[in-house]
Amino acid sequence: MAVLRVTFTKTKRDKLAQVLWILNWISVVTGAILFSLGLFLKVEINKRRELMADRDIQYVPNMLISVGLIACAINFLGGKICYDCADNTKFLRWKLIMLPYIIFTFFFTFCVLVGALLCYTMHGELEESLDQGLTEALKFYKDTDTPGRCFLKRTVDMLQIEFRCCGNNGYRDWFQIQWISNRYLDMSQREVVNRLRSNVEGRYLLDGVPFSCCNINSPRPCIQQQITNNSAHFNYEHQTEQLNLWMKGCRQALLEHYSYIIQSIGLAVFISWLFELSVLTGVRYLQTSLENMLRHGDPNSDSDGWLLENGLMETARINLNIIKNLGKNNQIDTANNGDPNINVPSTSTAHYGPDNVPPKQTSEAT
Amino acid sequence: MLLKMKFNQQRRLRLAQGLWLLSWLALTCGAFIFCLGVYLKMELLRRSEVMDNTEIHVVPNILMMVGLVSIGTNWVAGRVCLDSLDPTRFPRWKIFLLVWFAVAAVICCLLIAVVVLAYALQGRLEESLKIGLRNGIRFYKDTDVPGRCFQKETIDRLQMQFRCCGNNNFKDWFEVQWVSNRYLDFTSKEVKDRIRSNVDGRYLMDGVPFSCCNPTSPRPCLQYHLTDNTAHYNYDYQTEELNLYTQGCRQALTDYYMGLMNSTGPGVLSVIIIQVSVILSLRYLQTAVEGAMALENPEDDSEGYILQKGVKETFEDVKTSVLDMLKFSQVDPTTSKGSPEAEDASSTPAN
Repeated sequence: MAVLRVTFTKTKRDKLAQVLWILNWISVVTGAILFSLGLFLKVEINKRRELMADRDIQYVPNMLISVGLIACAINFLGGKICYDCADNTKFLRWKLIMLPYIIFTFFFTFCVLVGALLCYTMHGELEESLDQGLTEALKFYKDTDTPGRCFLKRTVDMLQIEFRCCGNNGYRDWFQIQWISNRYLDMSQREVVNRLRSNVEGRYLLDGVPFSCCNINSPRPCIQQQITNNSAHFNYEHQTEQLNLWMKGCRQALLEHYSYIIQSIGLAVFISWLFELSVLTGVRYLQTSLENMLRHGDPNSDSDGWLLENGLMETARINLNIIKNLGKNNQIDTANNGDPNINVPSTSTAHYGPDNVPPKQTSEAT
Repeated sequence: MLLKMKFNQQRRLRLAQGLWLLSWLALTCGAFIFCLGVYLKMELLRRSEVMDNTEIHVVPNILMMVGLVSIGTNWVAGRVCLDSLDPTRFPRWKIFLLVWFAVAAVICCLLIAVVVLAYALQGRLEESLKIGLRNGIRFYKDTDVPGRCFQKETIDRLQMQFRCCGNNNFKDWFEVQWVSNRYLDFTSKEVKDRIRSNVDGRYLMDGVPFSCCNPTSPRPCLQYHLTDNTAHYNYDYQTEELNLYTQGCRQALTDYYMGLMNSTGPGVLSVIIIQVSVILSLRYLQTAVEGAMALENPEDDSEGYILQKGVKETFEDVKTSVLDMLKFSQVDPTTSKGSPEAEDASSTPAN
């Protein structure tokens, strides 16, 4: 018994072919959209390349780009096939290709689904990459005279201003690194020498942050230095002050920004997967109904279309057998005594008399 | 006749079709002008807090009005083209076309005026920005006064976005108290000294807000004690250029708005050219079709022209007709004097 059998008249077949032609072209557009979404994600990730550590996150946009291109090609071919299927004579050209095409597209839709799922699994890798990248960037903030790192200060400042964030997890990250270069420190001053001596590595640490951490919504001019010292500023309490600096950490801000993009892209890819699957179902029905029409021999007759000729288990069994026997073309079948010279017990119903009867003595001997 | 051309039936048809397409093109140009006006107005409104007056708004207002009117007039021109080849429907447009030409000429003049105004009002824009920014900087500290509590945020955002500091330059911040009294410790000697150092009792200092800081500076931003070379290590106030933004916000904003208007200049000029070509083509079509309708055989050749007589004669004609219209309500003294005398002359013989 066939799976989801539907009967098609001639006009229904033709209409199905035309509709599928249009849908395949829409799928080409969808494939182009997938390609551009992958490109967009790649550009967005490359924009902040300096703030990300070397991690393997480029595979997601690369996969989206390649899936988009292959989807365009497949659906272009599908459109051509469906266009020709409306005409009975032209269908014969594609008869042999259609089944392999459908199988290939079926496995390809799995790739699209995998692409959608990858978008959501990228989150963890991205977070780690951002964490490491931001820590390094904060450490090298002061190295504006080192070639290769001289623009890191500007990058971090612009990031904190644009995304309204401060530091990696919070503004306290700036207290733990030296962000003022030694070029601008007066080593003859006692205060500077004391600070340098106060920690093992000889770094100039202070409870201050760069100007880019300042919150523009604060009613008071920004307090950047001596943040933890309540007595250094009039009417200031460090624990309750929320509006002075940006409270969010830059890792979380960037992660939210990218999560929003990636989730939208993932949703778009999922929707295009569903669309591709429905187009594929239509093409399968078209193929089976046209083949059945050819079997009947009458181009104007009704024919059945189905998804699978036998049930799901039957089809799986048949296919497994085919795959098993694929490699056995040249092997001798020893299991069933394949050598024709060996005595095989007769299975015929004719009775030739009992076995093991000694040969009859001829009359010549007497 | 001015600039006359011969039109046969085929040419009239072609002219009508071409003019129909051209009028639709002019209609989209009118829509473009309208959108341009809307965009300019929105940009000006966004920064309206640092502008003192709204005189510069006349440019986008005229653009929006002209855009809407030109959409209407070009749509009418399209309808006229459709009716022009039908002798029964064309005559009803006759009077209307005079009005149409007047309106279209006004549109072109207004567009030219807009281009001129965009350059002429630059001085007024600068004045308006100067006053607006001065007030903004003065009220920077008043984050607790209703109506002014967002000045600080506006100025900070403006300075960071346009990469500028102060009105003319960063020294404008030295002349204003930009730290509110709420955050000043009046028991401290330093604060008291500063307040006593000037007549108005303001807390002035040689420091700037953080939004003046330049992120491309290789050194962490120096905001306070800017004129004191000894306050910072390896710092020379006269030669330091990268620490803060050197441009003044008035200059930055003026450049931005002038850039916007300059980039729209070529677009407006091309719209003027298209509109003028629509006017001329419609005039030719009108005169050619009217000439053809007056002939015995409407399919014959006719002449089209811009003006029936020369420019000077047409001007004289228009002047006399306008003066006649003005004299319409006046009593004519020569005729009224004549009639009572005639009545007297006719009544006396009866006596």
